[in-house]
Amino acid sequence: MVKTPMVEMRKISKEFPGILANDQVSFDVNAGEIHALLGENGAGKSTLMSVLTGLYRPDGGKIYIEGNKTDFSSPKDAVNYGIGMVHQHFKLVQPFTVAENVMLSIKDLKQIYNLKEIEQQIIKQSEAFGLTIDPKAKLWQLSVGEQQRVEIIKLLLLGAKILILDEPTAVLTPQEANALFETLLKMIKSGKSVILISHKMNEVLENTDRITVLRDGKSIGTVDSKKTTEKELAKMMVGRNISDLLEKKPFQKKEVIFSLNKVSALGNSGLLKLKSISIDIYRGEILGVAGVDGNGQKELAESVAGLRSVKEGSLSFYGKDCTKCGRKKRIDLGISYVPEDRMTTGLAPDLNAYENIALNSYRKYPGGFIQWDKVRKDTDRLIQKFDVRLASTSNPVKMMSGGNIQKLLLAREIDSDPKLIVAVYPMRGLDIGATDYVKRLLIEQSEKGKAVLLISEDLEDLLSMTDRIIVMHGGEIMGVVNPSETTREEIGLMMAGKRKVDLHEA
Amino acid sequence: MDLNYIIAILAAGVVAGTPILYASLGEVIAERGGILNLGVEGMMLVGAVSAFYVGTYTENKWLGLLVALIAGGLMALIHAVITIGFRASQVASGLALTIFGTGLSAYLGRNLVGIPPTSTFKPVVVPILSQIPVLGKIFFVQDVMVYLSVALVVILWFVLYKTKAGLLLRAAGENPSAVDALGHNIFFVRYTAVIVGGMLAGAGGAYLSLAYSTSWVENMSAGRGWIAVALVIFAVWDPRRALLGAWLFGVIASLGLHLQALGVMIPSNFLQMLPYVFTFIVLVLTTGETKNRRSGTPAALGIPYSREER
Amino acid sequence: MKLKLLGSWEIKKTNTSSALKKFGISLTSIVLGLLFAGLFVLITGKDPLKLYSEILQSSIGSIYGLSETLVEMIPLALCSLAVSLAFRMQLWNIGSEGQFYMGAFGAAYFALFFSNLPTLIMLPLMLLAGSICGGLWAMIPAIPKAFWNVNETISSLLMNYVAYFWMAYLVYGPWKDPKGNNFPLTKQFPESATLPVFGNTRISYAIFLVVIIAIAMFFLIKYSKWGYEISVSGSSRKAADYAGMSYVKNVLKVMFLSGAISGVAGMAEVSGVLHRLQQTISPGYGYTAILIALLARLNPFSIVLVSFLMGALMVGGFSLRTSGFPSSMVSMFQGSILFFVLAGEVFNNYRLVRKKV
Repeated sequence: MVKTPMVEMRKISKEFPGILANDQVSFDVNAGEIHALLGENGAGKSTLMSVLTGLYRPDGGKIYIEGNKTDFSSPKDAVNYGIGMVHQHFKLVQPFTVAENVMLSIKDLKQIYNLKEIEQQIIKQSEAFGLTIDPKAKLWQLSVGEQQRVEIIKLLLLGAKILILDEPTAVLTPQEANALFETLLKMIKSGKSVILISHKMNEVLENTDRITVLRDGKSIGTVDSKKTTEKELAKMMVGRNISDLLEKKPFQKKEVIFSLNKVSALGNSGLLKLKSISIDIYRGEILGVAGVDGNGQKELAESVAGLRSVKEGSLSFYGKDCTKCGRKKRIDLGISYVPEDRMTTGLAPDLNAYENIALNSYRKYPGGFIQWDKVRKDTDRLIQKFDVRLASTSNPVKMMSGGNIQKLLLAREIDSDPKLIVAVYPMRGLDIGATDYVKRLLIEQSEKGKAVLLISEDLEDLLSMTDRIIVMHGGEIMGVVNPSETTREEIGLMMAGKRKVDLHEA
Repeated sequence: MDLNYIIAILAAGVVAGTPILYASLGEVIAERGGILNLGVEGMMLVGAVSAFYVGTYTENKWLGLLVALIAGGLMALIHAVITIGFRASQVASGLALTIFGTGLSAYLGRNLVGIPPTSTFKPVVVPILSQIPVLGKIFFVQDVMVYLSVALVVILWFVLYKTKAGLLLRAAGENPSAVDALGHNIFFVRYTAVIVGGMLAGAGGAYLSLAYSTSWVENMSAGRGWIAVALVIFAVWDPRRALLGAWLFGVIASLGLHLQALGVMIPSNFLQMLPYVFTFIVLVLTTGETKNRRSGTPAALGIPYSREER
Repeated sequence: MKLKLLGSWEIKKTNTSSALKKFGISLTSIVLGLLFAGLFVLITGKDPLKLYSEILQSSIGSIYGLSETLVEMIPLALCSLAVSLAFRMQLWNIGSEGQFYMGAFGAAYFALFFSNLPTLIMLPLMLLAGSICGGLWAMIPAIPKAFWNVNETISSLLMNYVAYFWMAYLVYGPWKDPKGNNFPLTKQFPESATLPVFGNTRISYAIFLVVIIAIAMFFLIKYSKWGYEISVSGSSRKAADYAGMSYVKNVLKVMFLSGAISGVAGMAEVSGVLHRLQQTISPGYGYTAILIALLARLNPFSIVLVSFLMGALMVGGFSLRTSGFPSSMVSMFQGSILFFVLAGEVFNNYRLVRKKV
């Protein structure tokens, strides 16, 4: 007997200006199943799920929930059908308490609500699935993993039968990720369905029942997780055999280019985000920084780049003190910065491509005026050299796609011949082609003698690209490891707060 | 300066602060929902002129107030359509609205200058409570709109923190995409917030022409709409503190007037500057206070929300 | 959004927008704006079309009207250029009116108390004083904004009222003309403090300032390093910090210059048109300037053009007084046009597409 799938999406198409994000994609999920939606960034996974949750209207195709044909015109319709999603960027209100956040999800909440009753419901539901949370806690007080739990509880109280999770482990330590999958198992046992959006092959192989691979907006196929391999999945995701692991020449310590000595710095909220950090960065090295987002990595990068002042301690560049040097001076020294926030920090969104290329070099022109014809020539050269795709150099850069924005940024920074490149999550959100390109670029730079400080949440990237990895937790360095000598578990423990010293004591 | 005089100044302060209170409460609602409304000044003027016009010709101040509410609401609707429907700049739209409202009210009121009012809000003595020494004479011998404004503060506080509507409103100003994704109608919430805000601004204007100065003069709000917006920051977007701010402002303004009468040797023009300078100082001091994101500016304030972001 | 009209249409987001389309949208917005405001005139029983034609006739329908339009254009264009500079950096300087008054005050100081100076020294001195006073007045909202991110919209606006009362104090008090029959006016400025005019119009030589400043601003924004810093800062403060630009310094410099240009406008008005100080020296130039800057999309040359049109509207408005209408009612038309222009902007990002069946 063939069971009706819980969710069936038939030949869904969705178009945006210039991009066919979903091209007749068919996809189904059964009750009691964890089904992964795998694909590189830009493959169409998020778009497909946005259609399922009612955020986007499909241009073609139909959706059936438990065999019933549906026509979602807004997120409310999807909610009514029992579909809930935990997004990568949490839909939470930071100043609210857990209870207040959850209340936003409750169907038909009474106008004058009974807070105590709701708090009790939250505790009951969360304990049923092993997620402990204090309903009275204010959201900004919780860790990212705990906030994710709130997101899941919201869905439970919503009566969600179909849970969609978008890259949930991106913000978790390996241990927290394991706990999450345990929770998901409990949920499917009670008959719910889980759709997991991911680009991590090993994760979906281990934890799901079936995997559907998307590529360039099309569905390539659905496979049984137990019967497939990483290689097969990779081929489906990319369409070709991926080239072998990146070659990186073994690194020999030469001279120190940048030094942090007992550096402490405050974060935007006034709390201490860097606590007495000491580390040297060597010429020709790629130094990776691992850690869960929010443990001081950004503040570290900003302190090195000159965008955050140091409260205590000192910084030196080639031995010379530069603790008090401003951003301008550091640009002159050759410290380049590829920020996490590409669109509003690294680029001025309303200005066009050549105006943005001038951002780090406009001062070099003599007198008070900028020679725009030279800037235009440079821009054209860089766009060609780095294969940046854009509609026109006269359009505001906010119209460009994610991968090309990053290429433009990198092109500009690398063209300035920096001595030290600080890159914060540079591969985030890029498709495999662009990710590969960025990785090769950074390795190339290090081989030319530049130093790279690479902050990334992807352990695979860090392990494959770097010469050393420092792991940060709570604003401190838990340990410095050699990628060829460490394990994911060791790094995971450090990310969660165990110092390397303590690890080896056991 | 004897006690009676101080009581008079404070009582007058409450009256002077009431139009600002109405407008401020309205702006608190709009901004909590995430929409900045700089058109308050224009809405107050349109409210003032329509209240005076209708109130005087129908000899019914309540009808005048009602029309002011509608007028303010309609103007706010324009702002809402432009900023929420068309996602245009909230600052520019608000400014356009103020300029439009100034012109419209001048036009509508062109034959009303110098006309005496026929129905105004006069002080109503509250039995028993008004007998309390000092406080009784300040707070309980005021007109009905003053009493209503205080009730409004209490109601607003309750709605904001104890009801679903308030929850949605606060969420709309902090994270509109969350509200949308959870199946609520974010656009309805924001439209309502802006329109209610405009209605209250209209009410503030009505108070000016039917209670405070019982007349119509072009531009009679003299910047009070702007002061109301500034006081929202002082109030940290909370209705109770808005009450404090409005009445404090009212007392300062009233003090200025009375000092003149007392023959204090400060030129009257400087005393007239006092309320504006006071508001400026308050603005500077409290902006620093709200730097702490935990209990401060609604995070999504001023940013247009759109569902299909690519 | 899908519409079923003459086939199936759909509104889709677009990546491109042509200059012709932008112009078409602006034109439609102006027409719709006038129609909308006209509605309010209609409900009160008056004929809006008659009103519009009266405005047109009295402003550009006669030589006198045209010259008066140019007279109004000068302060409008100057104030507009002033605020547009600040707007480019997302600094909402609403204090142009107050900076205008303070500029007039600074210029008048020399006119009234150094009346023995020759023209060649007096006029440049007044210009300098006007710009410095206007610039300093803009510093009052600028400093809190630069250092503590205090909302400059409200603070600059509050200062308008303070400036207004300061002027009232002067003309009712210490600077009142003893021979002026107790009117709130100062003595008339000496010949040396008066800007020359063209022929027997009231158009003063300040019109050259309009041209000079507009051209200077164009070059500043497009080619200079500082202009570039302003553009970047206006687009994203974070990007400005990232590039090592001093946002704080730029806020102060831009606001000072913005206030200074408004101050120049004030000086030009009292020196070229009024020839004295009085309680009201501006019918709201500083406020209208904001509308002009927004309508002209901050482009210096468009600003001059739109200032001319707004000047015509103002002159037309003055003539309405004889028919019993308040001249400030033209604000209705101005605000209404801006509504539609703002709403129309959205069409730059969207286009109608016919769906293939």
